[in-house]
Amino acid sequence: MVLEAYADTILPGEKRWPGDRAVAGVSSDGGAVAAGALLALGSPEGGLAPALDALADGLDEHAEEYAAEAGIELDPEVPAFVSLDFPDRVRLVQRLTDPTHPEREAWISLAMFSVIAFDAAAHSHTVEALDAGHVGLKIIGFRQPDSDGLWRFDTYSYGRQLAQPHPDTTASGSPA
Amino acid sequence: MTSSESTDVLVIGSGFGGAITAYHLAAGGARVVVLERGPWLSGEEFEHDFKFGSSSTRVFDFVVGDGMSVLSGNCVGGGSVVYFAAMPRAPRFVFDRKGRFGHRMWPSAISRGTLDPWYDRVAEALPVSQTSWDTVPFSGGLFGAACDHAGRTANPVPVALDQAKCTNCNWMMAGCRFDAKRSLLLNYLPAALAHGAQIRPLHEVQYLSRTDDGGYRVHYTVLDDVDYRVEVDSGTIDAKIVIIAAGAGATPVILQRSEPTLGAMPHAVGRYFSGNGERLNTAIFDEERIRDVLGLSRPDGVPYEAYQIGKGPCVASWDRLDGSLPEYERFSLEQLYFPPGFGTILAQVPDAVGPTWFGAEKKELLRTWQSWLTVFTMSEDDNEGEFGAVPPSGNAVRLSQQMLARGSLRYEPTENTLRGWALSDAEVRDILERDGLSRVMPWTNDVVGAYTVHPLASCRIGDNPATSALDDRHELRNHPGIFVTDGSAVPAGLTVNPAMTIAALAERAVPGIVAAARARGVDVRYGAPAPDGGTSSRDAVLPLARSALRQ
Repeated sequence: MVLEAYADTILPGEKRWPGDRAVAGVSSDGGAVAAGALLALGSPEGGLAPALDALADGLDEHAEEYAAEAGIELDPEVPAFVSLDFPDRVRLVQRLTDPTHPEREAWISLAMFSVIAFDAAAHSHTVEALDAGHVGLKIIGFRQPDSDGLWRFDTYSYGRQLAQPHPDTTASGSPA
Repeated sequence: MTSSESTDVLVIGSGFGGAITAYHLAAGGARVVVLERGPWLSGEEFEHDFKFGSSSTRVFDFVVGDGMSVLSGNCVGGGSVVYFAAMPRAPRFVFDRKGRFGHRMWPSAISRGTLDPWYDRVAEALPVSQTSWDTVPFSGGLFGAACDHAGRTANPVPVALDQAKCTNCNWMMAGCRFDAKRSLLLNYLPAALAHGAQIRPLHEVQYLSRTDDGGYRVHYTVLDDVDYRVEVDSGTIDAKIVIIAAGAGATPVILQRSEPTLGAMPHAVGRYFSGNGERLNTAIFDEERIRDVLGLSRPDGVPYEAYQIGKGPCVASWDRLDGSLPEYERFSLEQLYFPPGFGTILAQVPDAVGPTWFGAEKKELLRTWQSWLTVFTMSEDDNEGEFGAVPPSGNAVRLSQQMLARGSLRYEPTENTLRGWALSDAEVRDILERDGLSRVMPWTNDVVGAYTVHPLASCRIGDNPATSALDDRHELRNHPGIFVTDGSAVPAGLTVNPAMTIAALAERAVPGIVAAARARGVDVRYGAPAPDGGTSSRDAVLPLARSALRQ
């Protein structure tokens, strides 16, 4: 739940059900969580899986500190980070990923995997993700492949000269 | 292991620096073994798939450092398998660069003029050809048209690409499925194999030691073919000559780790790293303005929406490659594609009120992805990169099974480098924001530092022993018989894509390596034709090679 809330802060989505607490619901369609961020984070290939529990605990500790500083009363029913509203989650993630934060690499890794899950569906085969209507690939408008699962674009060029070459271009086409 | 294998020439790495030298030495009669730490993939093994564990992560390395992250090839064929095949020659002024020490960084023996015959060898071998406008994809056309609108010139880039086979799929970074990209898998490497060279994938060299007969013992580990963090075997090979071409992110680390056994390394090993002054900007285009201002329209009437279509960089602007401008203020701009993930995380939201690289506004930006255009700057940085503590194995600590690792490279851009980036950012904005065409933002350096796909100069050639690790024949100073022929040998940023120059330098280094091998009793000759048998460029360099052989 904590890591879902973190992924949702990176690329936010709509609530999956009315009482969804991890996903803040600041966007009108699916975000990193719906795209499979937890699958990407937990994948054996990624290498982050053994650290996820510690990262979730660490994130909650930072959320508690943040809440104490800001005078925010946390909801004991959910983890501290989940209890924060979306703007506070964003401010805390900005703090954790700041170039001066000693733990920034860990928090940036979590962000990177969240992004890759959304933009590239890296936890699943791309063709299968497209077939399943993967929300991230759909939002970026990633095109469909040919029937054999390979991409080819027969129409790809404006087909005409659109600029003058540099006057010092050599016969081989390189700069002089 | 109680005994060591032996060979005449041991080559570490199979990218341009390794494949070219391996081919010529094998063709000349030497026994050649190539150790490559990545896997050996070809043809249909190159997948159109972003899934972890597909070819896109098997053949690619992304090493995060302090202030600089390096992307590079990790497979048989090295960078040639994952690159975008742009092969311009470096402009003339580059060879006269002085850098921060105020003396010419390149050896006096090398200029554009003296390197041109060796560029010709590479151009014949791969081969390299000019791109015509009718094969330029929409993204390159858009960049060219915007340059023209802003009063700039723009050139189709020379490439190592078979246009007839290219499907414009833009999966080049995962290896070319259609053999359209003329990687080393299609020329130098099969020719080297035909002449008896052996290529051993997943063999990661850790360090070198000396043998009693004046040669070298190369110590390697064998990596698991899925989880590169796992070592499954180890061994040694003795060789009379060692050619190190592991890439500018790895060659200096192997040498640093070898110091206890080989003795002190030249000061420049692991120093003066250049990221080729690289910098990226992403433009978010207004489709209507593309139609109204530039008059562009695809056959289906859509102005652009074609970021995904193409074959990497196809059009470049060379207006700032002007030798009369001050050093650090010259750069080229090149239209580029990066796939989602790599190509999206660092892109920043123009006019953001919240965070620029993540959050709700970033998600909205992603909806316009097909209207993006990435512009790649290659400028003159200050060789400010330096490698730190040597990792336990390899060139970095691997975090994931494949691809992602943490390295020891430190890079703190100097005012010179920052000035070049700022000038190029302004130039990109001036071209692409004109008349409301787009909004432009540079990629953030606050997430993984700066980044380069063209690491250079970490073990460089030069005339000054204080600031170069190699002499002008690419031999490691004070360690005769060890040669370095990869991007680490290039003295400084080139302001253009460096593969052509790395390859030309490797071609140029071969006669000297042949001479050194002969001096060590290896029966090897120089003079092989191009891998396909072509001889015109070979014949042109034979007089030059004879001079090197006499030395």
